[in-house]
Amino acid sequence: MEGNINLVGYGLSAIGGAIGVGLVFAAYINGVARQPEAQRVLQPIAFLGLALTEALAILGLVFAFVL
Amino acid sequence: MIALALPAAANEGGFVPPTLEDMHLPEILPWAAEYGTGFGKQMLLVLLSVALIAWFFLAASRRGQLVPGKLQHLGEMSYNFVRNSVGKDIIGERDYRPYVPLLFSLFFFILVNNLFGSVPLLQIPTPSHVGTAYALAGIVYITWIVLGLKKHGIGYFKLAVVPAGVPKAILPLIVIIEIISTFLVRPVTHSLRLFATMLAGHLIIMLSAAGSEFLIMDADFWFKPLGVLTIAGGVGMYMFEILIQVLQAYVFVLLTAIYIQGSLAEEH
Repeated sequence: MEGNINLVGYGLSAIGGAIGVGLVFAAYINGVARQPEAQRVLQPIAFLGLALTEALAILGLVFAFVL
Repeated sequence: MIALALPAAANEGGFVPPTLEDMHLPEILPWAAEYGTGFGKQMLLVLLSVALIAWFFLAASRRGQLVPGKLQHLGEMSYNFVRNSVGKDIIGERDYRPYVPLLFSLFFFILVNNLFGSVPLLQIPTPSHVGTAYALAGIVYITWIVLGLKKHGIGYFKLAVVPAGVPKAILPLIVIIEIISTFLVRPVTHSLRLFATMLAGHLIIMLSAAGSEFLIMDADFWFKPLGVLTIAGGVGMYMFEILIQVLQAYVFVLLTAIYIQGSLAEEH
């Protein structure tokens, strides 16, 4: 069996991003559940958090391919 | 993309997974053979998307009526979505107006180009070629730097990298981190987010299609029913991919608005 160990490493590192995205959206859902009218305020913040957390996973993907 | 080593190909009769090379079809206009024209399928799809968007919004806005018909209503709704929930909410009531056209065209350009990945026969999202994503993120990168310079003069760079209220002792460290994260990592992640999600989604669909074909056509008798599972999984990913495609267009435009707002803001 042949392959590249990079991809295994990327799979491991994606766990971090996954936990981060989960935390962001858990907080968002909590906030909206407690105060539904805050949804418009919270939504961009949640997506910004998603984008920032995801950045690490994206860099990981690139490094997995490039290195 | 040198070492994307999926399992080795060309072992007789075995499964040959699709590679990144399979995503980039030969160029349609083959002159200047040495370097190629770069005019491939994706380029054609970009032109098609521009024509589609222009056609749709021209048709939707041609006969503006007080009580909108179906088409006009759809056009107005999609315009209002970008204008209000991205532009107004993030850049702010006071000065969001000049940036609505940029946000609007970015959103629909990316949305249509992403959705091409889920249209049968077209079936490739244009941003799965990294050039598209670089160009789009490059436009945004230049835009918010120029906007910041116009608003604050050369002091913008100080404003952008020196946060207020940080102790002097650790200021050099913070400034270096800020320079890297604002001016280097930001455009890179902005473009690669779009590119990587589109590429990965398309690769998964390709993989499940190739896997199904292999399992049903070539595999041993007992493995053939497994092809049904890969088809089901492929269809599931296809649906999920539509969600991702819309979401990524939204995230791209949202980040554009946030960057523009950041360079217009008075303080860090």
